[in-house]
Amino acid sequence: MLSTVEQVAGWARKNSVWPATFGLACCAIELMSTGGPKHDLARFGMERASASPRQADLMIVAGRLSQKMAPVLRQIYDQMAEPKWVIAMGVCASSGGMFNNYAIVQGVDHVVPVDIYLPGCPPRPEMLIDAIVKLHDKIQNTKFGAHRAKQIDELELQALRALPLIDQGSAK
Amino acid sequence: MSAPYEEITDATEGKVYTVSGNDWTELVETLTGQQDEQLVVNMGPQHPSTHGVLRLVLNLDGETVTEARTVIGYLHTGIEKNMEFRTWTQGTTFVTRMDYLAPIFNETAYCLGVEKLLGITDRVPERAQAIRVMMMELTRISSHMVAIGTFGMELGATTPFLFGSREREMVLDVMEYITGLRMNMAYIRPGGVSVDLPAGAVDKVGELLKIMPQRIKDMRKMLDANPVYLARTKDVAYLDLTGCMALGITGPMLRAAGLPWDLRKSQPYCGYETYEFDVPTERTADVYGRYLVRMAEMEQSLKIIEQALDRLSGPLKGDRVMVDDKKIGWPAQLALGPDGLGNSPDHIAHIMSGSMEALIHHFKLVTEGFRVPAGQAFASVESPRGELGAHVVSDGGTRPYRVHFRDPSFTNLQAVPATCEGGMVADVISAVASIDPVMGGVDR
Amino acid sequence: MSSDNLPGVPEEPIARTGMFGATGTGDTSGYGRLVVRRKPELSTPRPYGGYFDTVADELERALGAELADAVERVVVDRGELTFHVRRERLVEVARTLRDDPALRFELSLGVSGVHYPHLEGEELHAVIHLCSITHNKRLRLEVSCPDADPHIPSTVSVYPTHDWHERETWDFFGIVFDGHPALTRIMMPDDWDGHPQRKDYPLGGIPVEYRGAEIPAPDQRRSYS
Repeated sequence: MLSTVEQVAGWARKNSVWPATFGLACCAIELMSTGGPKHDLARFGMERASASPRQADLMIVAGRLSQKMAPVLRQIYDQMAEPKWVIAMGVCASSGGMFNNYAIVQGVDHVVPVDIYLPGCPPRPEMLIDAIVKLHDKIQNTKFGAHRAKQIDELELQALRALPLIDQGSAK
Repeated sequence: MSAPYEEITDATEGKVYTVSGNDWTELVETLTGQQDEQLVVNMGPQHPSTHGVLRLVLNLDGETVTEARTVIGYLHTGIEKNMEFRTWTQGTTFVTRMDYLAPIFNETAYCLGVEKLLGITDRVPERAQAIRVMMMELTRISSHMVAIGTFGMELGATTPFLFGSREREMVLDVMEYITGLRMNMAYIRPGGVSVDLPAGAVDKVGELLKIMPQRIKDMRKMLDANPVYLARTKDVAYLDLTGCMALGITGPMLRAAGLPWDLRKSQPYCGYETYEFDVPTERTADVYGRYLVRMAEMEQSLKIIEQALDRLSGPLKGDRVMVDDKKIGWPAQLALGPDGLGNSPDHIAHIMSGSMEALIHHFKLVTEGFRVPAGQAFASVESPRGELGAHVVSDGGTRPYRVHFRDPSFTNLQAVPATCEGGMVADVISAVASIDPVMGGVDR
Repeated sequence: MSSDNLPGVPEEPIARTGMFGATGTGDTSGYGRLVVRRKPELSTPRPYGGYFDTVADELERALGAELADAVERVVVDRGELTFHVRRERLVEVARTLRDDPALRFELSLGVSGVHYPHLEGEELHAVIHLCSITHNKRLRLEVSCPDADPHIPSTVSVYPTHDWHERETWDFFGIVFDGHPALTRIMMPDDWDGHPQRKDYPLGGIPVEYRGAEIPAPDQRRSYS
């Protein structure tokens, strides 16, 4: 019974994601292109970029996050309604990227929890769409209640057992 | 019932009332008739109409802006400091991410500065200069398209954005074909450009030249005489020549005030003196004038691209694109392989099995980089937003000692109080958008 | 962090155009210590060449006998003219350059700070680039101040555009511009400690782990030069 509810709720949630665009730098321009006529984010029901965090459930952090901006990011994240998701768009948002210095927060995951890390400097609009589709998949398969607790435990165990990258070997 | 509201304190902005709830009626009654109705509105740093992470603090008296203050620094990236720990060539990768709507201009200003320090300005091949000019003008079109598109969107019109975005994608496709990247290309290098135009690039640019004039005309048809657009832009955010000079403002804002100051004409670089083009000006000094200047500049850019293309496919065909100095030309004689990726197979064969000296040389050049004689230089180019200057200081080492960018967005943004104060709050949006600030360039 | 890993500052600049100091078939042994040094360009004797002589003549005429007191030295290098101005006289020189009909450097391109920790007594430099639209000329003013007394008079009264530029230089280098209307931080948060673009301020990067290996921050890496 719960599985069916999960599927229905997941389907409803994934098809009505409203992004709060957190455009910061170069990636924000590619984010705009994604909404433009060529790549057309409206195909995924996501063209309504929310100007208010209160009516948004996905935050796309597009660009480098400076130390001065970090509190603002957190505040906007806190203002968003649950359930909410975060995409770290571009290497700067994911890890600080090439700007390994005093001014930039080395990854937005220091400030907010991140669901999808999207590499690229900046990522192409197609890559952003791919990240969004992957996030839709994640939303669709999110479980509820006792199932969710079990899912979290499983994922945690999986992450703990994962070998460091150097031991995983190169791509085969 | 005690006090109608919790507390009254005097601050620099005036009386501050702390309201605890349920006492609105009393508060309104007390304040009715008083003349200190100053409202402070904090706009940004994350706001959809502020053109990036710009924060505006507006004091409002009703609908009128009495004071506008700008707060920047929310995108400060420390690029200038970061460059001091990388080689001169790696510097292009950093500067290109400053003003991210006009990456090629940042690279060119920086490379012109480094070339001046190296003393090789005259030895940069003509073909490289022509490619630079072509790429800069393509970038100018894409940048202005974004400027006008987002301007429309911020005023509440979606169609200019869709038009601008579509046209920009066309330019970006050409850029990607030539450099391999849509943005942040690091294509211009000290001494020339990183690779020659790939086969078919001339045709691609030619195609763009055929389509673009009509697209610009479409945009003009939509906006030039649109009554709604005119009402939002005419006589808004007036800044005359005196104001522009005092505030150090350059670019379309200055030309819309009537002064035909364009570095491409007055202090040419990259061989701009050999191209034929006009410097468009307007005398209105308002938002509409700046829009007209930008539109006309795009048309002139097309003219320059056409001339550059003629040279690249004609007399300059097959020339070098990197300075003829093996100690500087980096990456050393690389070219695209048959798979479209990687280094030149000939070069790899040469350094790996042919010549030990060449291998050492390649290794030194890539890991250590070249040395630049000590001194300082200032090189500037006319970017889509105004004069973009690079102050480059060397101590004789393989890394920059200090690089400072004089970004036009940074300087032009100082005009916000001058253009907004005394106007309506709705005009703040069009005033800021007409300055066309790119926060990556402002904060660096 | 230690400053051992930072690239050393050569005592005298190195004079050469290529990597190893050779333009033809030179040294390719990879031994980067074969250097040709030359004295730094401290001052240039007349004639300066180009329009630089005219500018210097006009400034001399406008300032009269005070020129020798105001301008410490003149450097012409790589086709650019630099006046090293004594800081006490900066505002006066700037005003003359802006207002004199024969000079008319009406457009300022801002203030850029440079930190030379090895130049004792003049560690901090503020570099102002000026442009004359009337005469289509360019000029650089350089002002220095010791680290112990980091004060330079503000030129906002002459060039209002210097407002933000001086705030930026204060923020990054700690040069106090006396007389600036509101000298506050502009790029860094208000409660930031230190002035990040000075040479004695570390880059502040963190080591990066990649595939199990740790790569130090750029300023902590082994230096090749």
